[in-house]
Amino acid sequence: MMTRMSFGGDEHIFVELDEEMSLDACFRALSLARAVRASGIKGITEVCPANASFLVRFDPDVIAPDDLRAELVSLDQATERAEPLLNTRIIEVPVFYNDPWTRETLMRFRERHQAPDMTDLEYAAQINNYASVDALIAAHAASPWFVSMVGFVAGLPWLYQMVERAKQIEVPKYLRPRTDTPRLTVGHGGCLGCMYSVRGAGGYQMFGITPMPIYDPAQSISYLRDFMILFNPGDIVRFRPIGREEYDAIAAEVAAGRFVPRISPVVFSLDAFHADPAASNAKLVGALNGH
Amino acid sequence: MAIEVIKPGLATSVQDLGRPGYYHLGIPESGGMDRYALRAANLLVGNAEGDAVLEATFQGPELRFTRDALIAVTGAELPPLVDGAARPTWTSFAVRAGEVLGFGFLKQGARAYIAAAGGIDVPAVLGSRSTYALGALGGFAGRKLEAGDVLPLGAIGNTVQEGRAVPEALRPLLPSPVILRVLPGLYDFRTTEAARDGFFADAWKVAAEADRIGYRFRGGRKLEFVPRRQPFGAGSDPSNIVDSCYPYGSIQVPAGSEPIILHRDAVSGGGYFMIGTVISADMDLIGQMQPNMPTRFAPVDMPQALAARRDAAERLAALRRSLEYNQKL
Repeated sequence: MMTRMSFGGDEHIFVELDEEMSLDACFRALSLARAVRASGIKGITEVCPANASFLVRFDPDVIAPDDLRAELVSLDQATERAEPLLNTRIIEVPVFYNDPWTRETLMRFRERHQAPDMTDLEYAAQINNYASVDALIAAHAASPWFVSMVGFVAGLPWLYQMVERAKQIEVPKYLRPRTDTPRLTVGHGGCLGCMYSVRGAGGYQMFGITPMPIYDPAQSISYLRDFMILFNPGDIVRFRPIGREEYDAIAAEVAAGRFVPRISPVVFSLDAFHADPAASNAKLVGALNGH
Repeated sequence: MAIEVIKPGLATSVQDLGRPGYYHLGIPESGGMDRYALRAANLLVGNAEGDAVLEATFQGPELRFTRDALIAVTGAELPPLVDGAARPTWTSFAVRAGEVLGFGFLKQGARAYIAAAGGIDVPAVLGSRSTYALGALGGFAGRKLEAGDVLPLGAIGNTVQEGRAVPEALRPLLPSPVILRVLPGLYDFRTTEAARDGFFADAWKVAAEADRIGYRFRGGRKLEFVPRRQPFGAGSDPSNIVDSCYPYGSIQVPAGSEPIILHRDAVSGGGYFMIGTVISADMDLIGQMQPNMPTRFAPVDMPQALAARRDAAERLAALRRSLEYNQKL
């Protein structure tokens, strides 16, 4: 990996840790972005982590662009030697896979899809060599996911599957983006998952839907009262498959202001993950059960 | 105490100088696309520069005032009418309780800023009254105005006379073609050198898809890419990258065909390569561009970008001096 920097006009500097996506690149991008935020370098106004890169916005009236670049280069060298540990949290997200709402939506946009005769899940199962839709869903829910970026629109998390590359689910995006996606759809495009925080256009394959809101501009939902967005880059997500009955029950709890997502603090070690992904994942998921 | 919306116009929303600080979570800064015009409108009516105003796009709204108010309209040349009688732009004028502020047809530019003394007093969300429609956040009910909306006005802090005007020399002109200065960079190495040269040499036009999120352009040659094996996670099209954060003003070119410049309501990230970024001094200009307007992109280096930034700051300082001077008279 070789860090690359480039100015985005006179107010941004773009820092790329790697051209390709990996948990290592994402971890490095997040760690360095955090270090930049903590550095107190004058003139920096925003730091935005992305999958394998991050963006710094700055005020060139306060710090000269070349001076900022020099500061970032030395921070990059300093953090390269730091132990890859992340203090974060794991969040359980109940998902109603193969639900009627995303199914109704995907049927309306079949002519924009690679396989008009199949559903998104059937297509994803086939091209990833799963024997059935259920087997794909089991794989999707089996391992935790790393929130590699939050954005596109308000509060939308991108998710990286925490398994060896060979086991990652990969699908193309729709041939032409849909003009509609139900709010809280769980989608997948390329190697990345996402949750649509708002209803709107989208190009990711649709796998299911969660009853748990993740963005609330009115801040009326109990667990979004302090801040309107649930996810932060670096959060870890565990999907738990649910059926229609539990979906309705959780939706009712949310409406009544009683629903509280299951969230536990965890320390994620990149080295431990590489040494034994299954054991590292089991430990992370165990934290949700108080282990 | 308020403004009643009789007709909303095409796309009119409450905007101020925006809500920076949440782009890392996908909430863009929003705020007036032409900040200079927004500041001027506020200064003309004695408001703080960053008070909330209405941004009207292509077509003016029709507004009934329930209290006397001092008004100024800046930015696009969208002629104000008070109960049908013409009023000048870039000049403060009075509207009495019960009168209706309407507008004639757009003559130049794209976005008019309508300031009222006291400012539009919708609640501030995350430190700003600006509307971010995609996220249903801020402004009036998180959306553009609709007929029947009632907008509260704030208390008047600083009483000024009607008839204050921005001098002609300080009213920006829109040249044709519009020249947008661009700092090349980001992922510009993805295109061939010939394609980059073509991008800056070609004549472009604003496409119909031009809004607060971004402006699309047509008419130039399709960009050729340097062949490569696509990096893991980037997607198969040569214009794809591993999804990254998009700077404000960045120019992405999906499939190499139609450049899109992201503006104040930018989507914060995605998987398209960017050829460079429009410099901060030229962002206001984009807010005044209409569809079909001829456009050229001009490459500049960082010292030129910073010099343009200083020029813009000096123009703003001159505007402030001129209106302070007026105030003392």
